[in-house]
Amino acid sequence: MRVTRRRVSLFVFAFLASSLAVQSPSWSQTNPSEVTKILIGYIKQEVDKKALPLSRLDNPLEDDGIAGARLGLDDNNTSGKFLKQEFLLKEITVPVGGDAVAAAKSLVAEGYRMLVVDAPAPTLLQISDAVKGDDALLFNVSATDTALREENCRINVLHTLPSRDMLADALAQYFVWKKWTKWFLIYGAYPDDVLNADAIRRAAKRFGAKIVAEKEYKEAGGARRTDSGHEQIQAQMPVFTQSSADHDVLVVADENEVFGPYVPYRTWSPRPVAGTSGLTPASWHPAHEQWGATQFQNRFFKAAKRGVRAIDYNAWLAVRAIGESVTRVKSDDFKQLKDYMKGPEFSLAAFKGQKLTFRPWNGQLRHAIVVGDRHLPVSWSPQPGFLHQVTPLDTLGIDQPESKCRF
Amino acid sequence: MYERRLFALGMASLIAGMTPAHAYKVFVSNEKDNTISVIDSEKLEVIETVKVGDRPRGITMSKDGKHVYLCASDNDTVQVIDAATYKILYDLPSGPDPELFVLHPSGNPLYIANEDDNLVTVVDVLNKKVLAEVPVGVEPEGMGISPDGKFMVNTSETTNMAHFIDTSTNEIVTNVLVDARPRFAEFTQDGKYVYVTAEIGGTVSVIDTKTREIVKKITFEVPGVAPEALQPVGLRVTKDGKKVFVALGPANRVALINGETFEVEKYMLVGQRVWQLAFTPDEKYIFSTNGVSNDVSVIDVKEEKVIKTIKVGRLPWGVTIAPN
Repeated sequence: MRVTRRRVSLFVFAFLASSLAVQSPSWSQTNPSEVTKILIGYIKQEVDKKALPLSRLDNPLEDDGIAGARLGLDDNNTSGKFLKQEFLLKEITVPVGGDAVAAAKSLVAEGYRMLVVDAPAPTLLQISDAVKGDDALLFNVSATDTALREENCRINVLHTLPSRDMLADALAQYFVWKKWTKWFLIYGAYPDDVLNADAIRRAAKRFGAKIVAEKEYKEAGGARRTDSGHEQIQAQMPVFTQSSADHDVLVVADENEVFGPYVPYRTWSPRPVAGTSGLTPASWHPAHEQWGATQFQNRFFKAAKRGVRAIDYNAWLAVRAIGESVTRVKSDDFKQLKDYMKGPEFSLAAFKGQKLTFRPWNGQLRHAIVVGDRHLPVSWSPQPGFLHQVTPLDTLGIDQPESKCRF
Repeated sequence: MYERRLFALGMASLIAGMTPAHAYKVFVSNEKDNTISVIDSEKLEVIETVKVGDRPRGITMSKDGKHVYLCASDNDTVQVIDAATYKILYDLPSGPDPELFVLHPSGNPLYIANEDDNLVTVVDVLNKKVLAEVPVGVEPEGMGISPDGKFMVNTSETTNMAHFIDTSTNEIVTNVLVDARPRFAEFTQDGKYVYVTAEIGGTVSVIDTKTREIVKKITFEVPGVAPEALQPVGLRVTKDGKKVFVALGPANRVALINGETFEVEKYMLVGQRVWQLAFTPDEKYIFSTNGVSNDVSVIDVKEEKVIKTIKVGRLPWGVTIAPN
C-alpha cells in the first residue's frame, strides 16, 4: 500500500518537474538520478509520564513534533520541486518499553541518514552510539539537557531546541533588564528539577541577579485527577512560598508539574511567578506573530488544526535545516550536507528576525528565545545591551571558551 | 539703475521661488491604523488620512494615476481607491492574504503575491477577474516586472528563490537561488538587471536577466550596527540605473548603491525599521516608510541626504506616488 502511494506521488512529482524544466527528458523508473531523494526518519519515543500535565490544555497530542516535521517536509518539497529534489519522511513511534535503538538502526539500514529524534537524553545517547560508525546525523528536538551539549556531546547529534541553560539565561536576561534581580527559587524533587534549578542558579550568577532564598518541594505528586492529594498541594502553596527574604520574583523549577502550575496566584507574597510556570522561556510561542511568523502559524494551523507548540517548531527547524542544506549543496552527499550544516555558510530563516546557525563546537542551534505567559510573548532574549563578540545569541547558554564538549 | 536691477533680480528670483515645483501625492499605507496617509510632495506634509481595509500593506498606483491599489491583507482583498476623492471604489479578487504586488507596465494585469498559499495570482484590473494562479515557493513576497512586461520575478521567503515567470504563459521559466528570506525584486529600467534583497541573508543579489545568474552579491557594513540588524527589504533604482536605494530594516538606514559598480556608497540614517521606498516621478525625492517610528523620511536624491521626517499613522508599511 505504501509503495503504491509513493509511486503515485513520484509520478505527480515527475510531471511537475518536467513541466517546469525547459528540456527535461521524460522521467522513468530506470532513470531515477533525475530526482534527488532525501530520506528523513522521525523517531518518537513515547514516555511514561508519571502523571498527565496539571492543565488539560497541555495534554500531549499524538502529533506533537511530528506535525512540525510534516510542515517542514511540505516546505522542503515546495522548494524542492524547482530543483528536482524530493524529501520523504518516515515516522516511527516507539511505545514505552520499545526499542528506539533498533528503530534507528533499521532506518539507517534502509538508507535514512537524517534522523529527527524526539526522545529523552539517555535514549538519544544510546541511538547516537549505536549509529556511530554509520553515515547518520541525529537531530535532537526534545531533550533540553545541557550535558548533551557539554560532557556528553556527540559529533553525530545536532540540537535544534535550546538547552536548559539557554532557557534559564533568556529568563535571567529579561529579569535583569527589568531590574527584578532578587529571586526566590523553589524546585522539585526529580533529577530534571535539580538540573533546572542549577541552570537558574548559574544564570543568576552570570547576569548579576541574586537568589535570596531557596526551597525544595519534596513531594513526588500523583495522578492528575484521581489523587485527592492535588487539592492539598494547592492548599500548601501559600505557606510553601513563604520566605523571610524579600524577593522580586518567584522562580519555579518543576519540570514534571508536581506543584509548579499551582504556584501563580497562591503565593504568600504578591509576587510574579516564572520558570516552568508563569512567565516561561521557550523556543517558540503559539501566539508569536513578529518577523513573518504569522504565515508560518497560519500554514501550520491549516495543516494540523491547532497552534504550533515548541516541539513542533523544533522539529520543523530540523527538517528545514536538512532542506536548506540540500538546496544549497545541491546534492544528497551525506558528508557534504553534514559539513555544510555545521559550517559558516549555513543559516536558517526561522521567523526570529535574524538567521539561526549551529554552534560548531557543540552542534547547538543558536536561538532567540521567547519569554511569555500562556497567551502572549512578553519579550525576546537576548535582551538589548547583552553583548557578545560573535553574536548576541551566544550570550544564551554555555559559550565556547567555557564549553566542556570535545568531539 | 543698479538698485533697480537688483530689485528686478530679486523680484524674478522671488517669483521663481514662488512658482511651485510639481506637487505629487504620496500615499502611505499604515498597517496598524488601517489607514493611508496622503502627503503633498512639495509641502511635505500630510494632507489627508483615509480609512481603508484591515492591515493595509502593499500599495501601488494605476498608470494613469487615477486609482490606488491597496492590499488589505486581513480582508483578503485588493481595494481600489479613487486617487482624487479617496473613496474606496471596489475590491479586486486577490487570493488570500495579499501582501505585495506589481502592475504590468501597460497598466494591466496586476500580479499579487499570496503569502499563505504559495501562489502568485494574476488579476485583470478592468474585468476584476482572476486570470491565472501560478504556484511558486513557500511564502511568496517580492514582486518585480521587467520594463517590457515580458517577465516578472517573484521571491519566496522560505524557499529562498527568485522565480522568473513568463507573463505570456504565466509559468515559471527559471529559478534563481538567493540568500535567506528574499523580500523584494526590482528591475532596472533598461531591463538588464533585477535586484533581489534578502532580509535574513543580509544581502542584495544582482541578477543578470539574460543569463539569469547572480553577477554580484552586495553586502552591508555599518560601524556600530550589529551585522544581524542589516536587513535589506525595499529597493528602488533611478531610471538611469545609476543610483540604487535599499531600505535596511532595523538598521534604521537607507543604503545608496552605485548602480554601475554595485558598491555601497553611503548610508543615510532614517526612522526606525525602514521598510519600503518610492521615488517621486521626477526623482527629486525618495520616500521611506519607517514602521516602528511611525513616520516617513524624505531623501533628496541629488543631495543624497534626508531632508525631512513626516509623522504618519502607526506602522507605516508601503508607499506609492502618483505619476502626475
